[in-house]
Amino acid sequence: MTNMTDAVNHSVWQDAAAVTAALATMASDLKQLCATRGINTPLMVGIHTGGVLVAERLHQALALAEPLGHLDISFYRDDFTRIGLHPQVRPSYLPVPIDDRAIILVDDVLQTGRTLRAALNVLFDYGRPASVLLAILVERDGRELPIEPNVVGIRARLATGEQIKLTGADPLVLTKLVAE
Amino acid sequence: MTCAPPNNPNTALQLDAHGRLRHFLTLDGLSRAHLIDILDRAEGFLGIARQAIKKVPLCRGKIIANLFFENSTRTRTTFELAAKRLSADVLNLNVNTSATAKGETLLDTLRNLEAMHVDMFVVRHADSGAAHFIARHTAAHVSVINAGDGRHSHPTQGMLDMFTIRQHKGDFTRLKVAIVGDVLHSRVARSQITALTTLGVEDVRIIAPRTLIPAHAEATFGVTVYHDLRAGVRDVDVVIMLRLQRERMDGGFIPSEQEYFRLFGLTEKRLATAKPDAIVMHPGPINRGVEMDSRVADGPRSVILEQVSNGLAVRMAIMSLCIGAHNFNMNQQDAADE
Repeated sequence: MTNMTDAVNHSVWQDAAAVTAALATMASDLKQLCATRGINTPLMVGIHTGGVLVAERLHQALALAEPLGHLDISFYRDDFTRIGLHPQVRPSYLPVPIDDRAIILVDDVLQTGRTLRAALNVLFDYGRPASVLLAILVERDGRELPIEPNVVGIRARLATGEQIKLTGADPLVLTKLVAE
Repeated sequence: MTCAPPNNPNTALQLDAHGRLRHFLTLDGLSRAHLIDILDRAEGFLGIARQAIKKVPLCRGKIIANLFFENSTRTRTTFELAAKRLSADVLNLNVNTSATAKGETLLDTLRNLEAMHVDMFVVRHADSGAAHFIARHTAAHVSVINAGDGRHSHPTQGMLDMFTIRQHKGDFTRLKVAIVGDVLHSRVARSQITALTTLGVEDVRIIAPRTLIPAHAEATFGVTVYHDLRAGVRDVDVVIMLRLQRERMDGGFIPSEQEYFRLFGLTEKRLATAKPDAIVMHPGPINRGVEMDSRVADGPRSVILEQVSNGLAVRMAIMSLCIGAHNFNMNQQDAADE
């Protein structure tokens, strides 16, 4: 628990305009990808908490018919045996059955891939989707699992100890946290 | 990093040095923040019932033993289902009929289960303090949950009742809550009163014949006592009915069940003085026509079956909190050893 006492330096990494531009790129890439794959009615699902903020914007930009779903992965994290139960768990919500549906899974930052591993497990406990696409606002280095996104807003290489955090809902800003 | 001063013996036994729940034995000594934390976490577990696969992998590989020294199919079933939804392996030990009957002492039974690497005991016992005793004597890696001890406490039932009340009423502080029936023999009532008081309910009433109310109840529990049902439920937001515990009565506490129902049975008519949106609760199993009329039990104000569903979520939250705290502590221990 040493991190709690360490000083953390916050600085704006990408401002609201940069995030909005990245979201516009993601929306247009997603539209194109869905057209190529023949996906007409995708079901969009955001991962709590940052992923939901990104998904809300994309959902609006793509004017999707079905309501947005959200997933909380706390019960599926691989660090429960180390740190215990995560304090804030919101119920997962999927508006319709996901069997045979094309899912667009959305998260804010992809680093190790562990969150996505957990999110896929949650999803499959709700049913068997036809396919899952992954849309990520910030794709950074540090992968520990073989997980790759289909659509990316910003790609970044960061030093170890540097973390990116999305704050919002309005405006959406990406902050860099550096442990000193 | 000690945030829980162990001045209350229950606090010292139940909480670790970080204020996390090690065991869950009683609500006595837990702060409002603890109770709210449990309720908040339980919200997250409600959604699991909507999954196609109603299971989460939180307690995969953990072994949870139900130690029931007193029979209770319903409580055992909900604990078993809660454990299974957490992906734990469950052992059901009906201790009355097995080892103890052959002369094995309780501590020997515990040692054997510990040697099988059991991670949690869920204990139900007719004697008050049984779960505390087991918690005091068990190995460091084992958590103990009290599933009802004598007349003392039934904390998971108390918490699921609070969860159900919060779902319907939100804020606790302005509520008027009436607990009706066999308070004398009821561990459920004791846990409910502790929880309601801790959560800030100022108007808690108990309604029962004189023979079914403990001596000095008003002073001991900080409640108002009524012997008239209609007067007692006036303007209340919540009516909690208790089961008449005939199996714990070893004398003439009531003249007859018919007489009891005539005076203290909840009917639509008697409920008329309560608030129009009052909810009616019962921990089950209901004695229909004794504590309450079927029209109330099955009526629009009854939330009795919601209590059962909520019980699963609340028990999952409490079990995973205790097991999670152990994981954390073991991990800290390992880190310190290295």
